[in-house]
Amino acid sequence: MVEALLVAAVKSAVMLALVLTVCAYMTLFERRLIAGFQLRYGPNRVGPAGLLQPFADAVKLIFKESFRPAGADPLVYWIAPGIAMITALFVYAVIPLGPTLTVLGRPVPLVVADVNVGILLVLGASSIGVYGIILGGWAANSKYALMGSLRSSAQVLSYELVLGLAVASVVLSAGTLSLVEIVNAQQRVWFAVTQPVAFVLFLLGAIAETGRAPFDLPESEQELIAGYQTEYGGFNFAMFYVGEYVGIVTMGLLAANLFLGGWHGPLLPGPVWVAVKTLAFAFFAVWLRATLPRVRQDQLMALSWKVLIEIGFLNLLVTAAILAWRGG
Amino acid sequence: MPEARTETIILNMGPQHPSTHGVLRLVLELEGEVILGATPVIGYLHTGFEKEMEHRTYHQNIVFPARIEYLATFVEETAYVLAVEKLLGVTPPPRAQAARVILSELSRIASHLVALGSSAIDLNVTSLFLYCLQDREEILDILEMVSGQRMMHGFLRIGGMQWDLPEGFEARVRALMDRLPARIDEYDRLLTDNLIWRRRTEGIAVLSAQDALRYGCTGPMLRGSGVAYDVRKAFPYSGYDQYDFDVPVRWNGDAFDRYLVRLEEMRQSRRIITQALDRLPGGPWIVDDRKVALPPRAELTRSMEAVIHQFKLVSEGLHPPPGEVYAAVESPRGEKGYYLVSDGSNRPARVRVRSGSFNNLQALPVMIHRGTVADVVVAIASIDIVLGDVDR
Repeated sequence: MVEALLVAAVKSAVMLALVLTVCAYMTLFERRLIAGFQLRYGPNRVGPAGLLQPFADAVKLIFKESFRPAGADPLVYWIAPGIAMITALFVYAVIPLGPTLTVLGRPVPLVVADVNVGILLVLGASSIGVYGIILGGWAANSKYALMGSLRSSAQVLSYELVLGLAVASVVLSAGTLSLVEIVNAQQRVWFAVTQPVAFVLFLLGAIAETGRAPFDLPESEQELIAGYQTEYGGFNFAMFYVGEYVGIVTMGLLAANLFLGGWHGPLLPGPVWVAVKTLAFAFFAVWLRATLPRVRQDQLMALSWKVLIEIGFLNLLVTAAILAWRGG
Repeated sequence: MPEARTETIILNMGPQHPSTHGVLRLVLELEGEVILGATPVIGYLHTGFEKEMEHRTYHQNIVFPARIEYLATFVEETAYVLAVEKLLGVTPPPRAQAARVILSELSRIASHLVALGSSAIDLNVTSLFLYCLQDREEILDILEMVSGQRMMHGFLRIGGMQWDLPEGFEARVRALMDRLPARIDEYDRLLTDNLIWRRRTEGIAVLSAQDALRYGCTGPMLRGSGVAYDVRKAFPYSGYDQYDFDVPVRWNGDAFDRYLVRLEEMRQSRRIITQALDRLPGGPWIVDDRKVALPPRAELTRSMEAVIHQFKLVSEGLHPPPGEVYAAVESPRGEKGYYLVSDGSNRPARVRVRSGSFNNLQALPVMIHRGTVADVVVAIASIDIVLGDVDR
């Protein structure tokens, strides 16, 4: 019992450190990449090729004054960024990074906990994450922040449905809710191939759910200054920021595990394949940001409710029908 | 149960806001995100340049126009020197006129590139902004080569220019003009073929031709609404009537049409520049009138008269006859006019700048009525204001 707890604790600590480091470097990855798209260099001064930039940013944010605007609700104002970050990190308990390895003659699964409703847990946690944004924008007592969080709640609500429908099709095909089992179901062929519609829906839903361009309305800089984060600074801002980038990595990992076959791939070891597929998603997200104009709120909602959700239901129906016909 | 009470929100947008293009302040009355009323508040960049010009000689004032409107610098300088020349009854030599046309059109392209880039960045297409600025940089390099300054040139003179166009100028401009069409076409494809861009600009911030005329809008604002008024065609100056170019007009009056008009104007500017380069006349670059222009350096060692002229022009400047003039040019932001009143002294008694930005900005509340907050950003970008020009 003690041993099991110890193993879980060590695994969680390693996972947390790994995720936070990856997310820190995700900021650098994005900045260097978008600079490349824009014919610039991007941050390249701190450390070799700018590799220490994330640490410089983190140190700067930690040492900044923790400021609370007048009229803000003190309790909610401090709690909101925590909710955003903790829920974002929580999902890593169930996301697998690779197949079960054998270390010192003992099997070590590369997942903290292989829960049999893993994917439900991930979607649930990311739904709770939006509370951080809504409460943060509400508590800051600023009109821009309020509008940002209102947009955010509407957006996350609608795109969660899209995301959920896309995932449901995969879950039906795999016949399980466990992420490890879903990956193992793709040993022969990826779900991106057998479920192309769900894959596209998932990509759109993932970009909208993480509030990335062109769906970055909650914090649309040119309209709402920084949306729900407008009144946040220092470490509180950093927590929102971490939450956001963890979200991108999460969606990348989900895309890799649900649609791109997870750790299955030739030659390279499993975890490397997971990393490559996650990075491919991140690249896609940055590419979109560098290229596309931002949609408007009503257009965003219309896209979700009038188009994507219908397609999602249709896809689910067709999937179910085919499975029923096959399975008898 | 108490009756539900709803009220509108008053949102203060600016003067410090990422997309008000400087220090414009908008007081918006919102219902949700829908705009019920908008009041632009200006004056945050009021510099008092008009008044300051009354305290300096006509020559010293040449530095102000480019500081009033800092994106199309040579167009501004041309507007001022044209007004003084009209007051004096002086005509600059053909080479100076052609050079002014080339420099003005280069400035126009540079300014439209900023307009295009900033309207793109306001819709979060950050890449295009940087591409546009990169092209503008090449134009600024050429302007620096000519005048020694990238933006605040102070290069034009009453009756001509400070010095001749430098060696290699023509080749460099031609090289740029060869590269430009492909670049503009690329931006055109990048945005015009983009569904989101069209959905965000088509039918947004609509200004009817009637309203545009009522508010005195000029430039791409007016031409985007279907009125083909261009000062270069209507009241030609600097020999614009000799060049063959079209005035692009669109009829819907929305942000998308203004964007297309600006794109096309860049192409037309290129046409004018190549024509002007083809028949760039030789000869002097400033009038041979000792009462207006400084005598050449070489003459000073030989002629006492030249020394006296030099002294008079430098110490007290020229004295135009009493009277008043208005001279206008077509700036990228519409009709830019200088109205000068002379009392016969060496300083203007009154200077009034008619700026396109000011009139165009007036139409903003009409354009964004019943739109959303997101449309405000599009509308401001499509007006392409320069706050220095609005407030002066």
